Amino acid sequence: MIYAAGIDVASTQTKGIIINEKKAIVSRALTDTGAYVTRAAERCFAEAVQTSGAKREEVVYVVGTGYGRYKVTFGDAQITEISCHARGASYLFPNTRTVIDMGGQDAKGIKIGEDGDVKDFVMNDKCAAGTGRFLASAAEALALSLDNIGDISLNAKNPVRLTTVCTVFVESDIMSYLAQGKKTEDILGGVHSAIAARTISLVRRVGIETEVTFTGGVSRNIGMVRALEEKLGMKLNVSLDSHFVGALGAAIFALERATKGVASHESRVSSQTQNP
Amino acid sequence: MAETEARTSYQGQMHLLQKEIMGRYFSRLTRAAEQGKGKAVYMLISGNPVELVLAFDMIPVYPEINALQLAVKKASLPFIQKAEEIGYSMDNCAYVKADIGLFLGDRKTPFATIPPPALILCNYVGCNVYLQWFEHLAEYSGGEIYNLDIPFMRDPSDQPRPEDITYVVRQLEEVIEACERISGTPLNYAKLKEIVGRSGETGEMWSRIKALTKNVPSPFDAYFDSVTMMAPLYCLRGSEEGVRFFETALKEMEEKARMGIGPLPEERFRFVIEGPPPWPYLRTFRDLFAKWGAVAVASTYSTVGGLWEFGFHHDSNRPLESIAEHMLQWNVTNRNFLQRYEQIHRYLKEWSADALVIHSVKSCRLFSAGQGDMREYFTKELGIPTLLIESDIEDPRYFSEAQMKNRIDAFFESLEHKKILLAGAKAGGAV
Repeated sequence: MIYAAGIDVASTQTKGIIINEKKAIVSRALTDTGAYVTRAAERCFAEAVQTSGAKREEVVYVVGTGYGRYKVTFGDAQITEISCHARGASYLFPNTRTVIDMGGQDAKGIKIGEDGDVKDFVMNDKCAAGTGRFLASAAEALALSLDNIGDISLNAKNPVRLTTVCTVFVESDIMSYLAQGKKTEDILGGVHSAIAARTISLVRRVGIETEVTFTGGVSRNIGMVRALEEKLGMKLNVSLDSHFVGALGAAIFALERATKGVASHESRVSSQTQNP
Repeated sequence: MAETEARTSYQGQMHLLQKEIMGRYFSRLTRAAEQGKGKAVYMLISGNPVELVLAFDMIPVYPEINALQLAVKKASLPFIQKAEEIGYSMDNCAYVKADIGLFLGDRKTPFATIPPPALILCNYVGCNVYLQWFEHLAEYSGGEIYNLDIPFMRDPSDQPRPEDITYVVRQLEEVIEACERISGTPLNYAKLKEIVGRSGETGEMWSRIKALTKNVPSPFDAYFDSVTMMAPLYCLRGSEEGVRFFETALKEMEEKARMGIGPLPEERFRFVIEGPPPWPYLRTFRDLFAKWGAVAVASTYSTVGGLWEFGFHHDSNRPLESIAEHMLQWNVTNRNFLQRYEQIHRYLKEWSADALVIHSVKSCRLFSAGQGDMREYFTKELGIPTLLIESDIEDPRYFSEAQMKNRIDAFFESLEHKKILLAGAKAGGAV
């Protein structure tokens, strides 16, 4: 039996997935990325190997993805999380044609083909509006846990209309609503609605085609799932593994490369071109 | 050792000669600044009428080139901040701020001391910011200013109207009067004709050089190596030195094309690029593409100062009229957006490119406005893989390497996947 691993080193958390040669997930690992990125990747991988029951040497190929992919120093190749989310989403939901990925600092829209290949993609610009970081700022301003705000937002009766989606200014905006006596759930309803609207206008640039799969850490937030579904007028595919989709896609690439003997592109290029 | 070799692999004879002649040009600026030798005429790159300046033996000075040189040498930020300190906004064009910051100090840079202007010739009014930039320079320096009013290309025929040409020629005659007064010498018309004739020769060679990137592999990168040729094109066009530079460049590139040598060990992707480069991170930006074996085969940026590859050349028998046509019709910034689409489309087809990359810059809202629609047009209407990335031409605070790299890597990953599928389909195998 051989195994393959995907390690997604993202801005907030590092995710690891190990799959067997039938592409079945045998283990998952999750750790905060922190300042020591390589160590986080190693820790995550070690934990995934341990819980998988496989031996380290049986994990024959490792693909790193996410912003810290080049810090997966023990990896065999690096692939962007855009390609990995596309591949992972397509594996979990084979009819996926559009992926909405919302992470800690990025929001992305990815248009994909039948085999999970990336046809087109768009990302938020350098501003963190409309990302997980925005929700974290809102949670902080309300002294709530990030894990709870989605549920609370579902109780909104009169969601406020946020005047900003700026991650820096959201706190003062929320303070102002609290001063007006607005209810927490209505403020959070407004927060989720504003982010959903911004994300949809981003993703529309690549075109929204059914089925739509929602991935990334923010997809675990039920309030965001409902806000997106309401505005799009359609159900979204959301897996229990939705925040592991990048790592899963990386693991699938790893398995394909291991079984087809594909050399990593990075290593092929770097052997030809010295970086000036 | 290996790193040194890779670094010099981008360098050819053309690059070395460019360093030499531009070094001489910058020394001339310093002599003018420090010893009062020569009179400087400030101009803008777009559709520049350098021929008139050379006819009076005055020195062309381009604040844009000074600003970008500061950025390339990673020296722009203190000048930008100096301008911000006196009230220029974060949102102002950073070329303007770097140049104003430079002007507010002693005009000393790591490459030259910039002479004050004897004449501020605002030749590009497609950009109202540039108009104000030169007005500010006039106020700070007390130099004489002349604003040329160049009508925008707006006629459905894509040609300037005859009255547009007459209008610009009449203004050029006024510029000549100003130059005569400032230089103290009357215009030598025969000399102007010779200079315009040499500009014609230069434009012809530049066009032939640009056609060479239709070869596979392309003998040079039409973005990163074209910028090396653009400085002589603007500062020395019409001079004998300029002609010699382009003769050398043409010969070298023809030889590379004949030998099948490209700028990278392997040309794996050919792309067209729109928009100016991020000068503060030029090498980093180039390497993000080089890593993928991606070579630019055509660029709109290399046509900002003039568009010669579609048939235009300066005509010494009609010197002022052809300078006017250059300013009106034959530079990308005075053309309308549909003409820019057409130009890019032609590059994609005739230069056999796989993809389009749009580099949008925060400084230049006028040039960048509409690039979102451009991306939509090329992706959705024409089915061309198109990447839109964003940073700045001058301000290092707007370049995020991790974000840039992520987008570029993802884009080429998807292009690579398409290539694999295509190769599989051609081989008749399962894909």
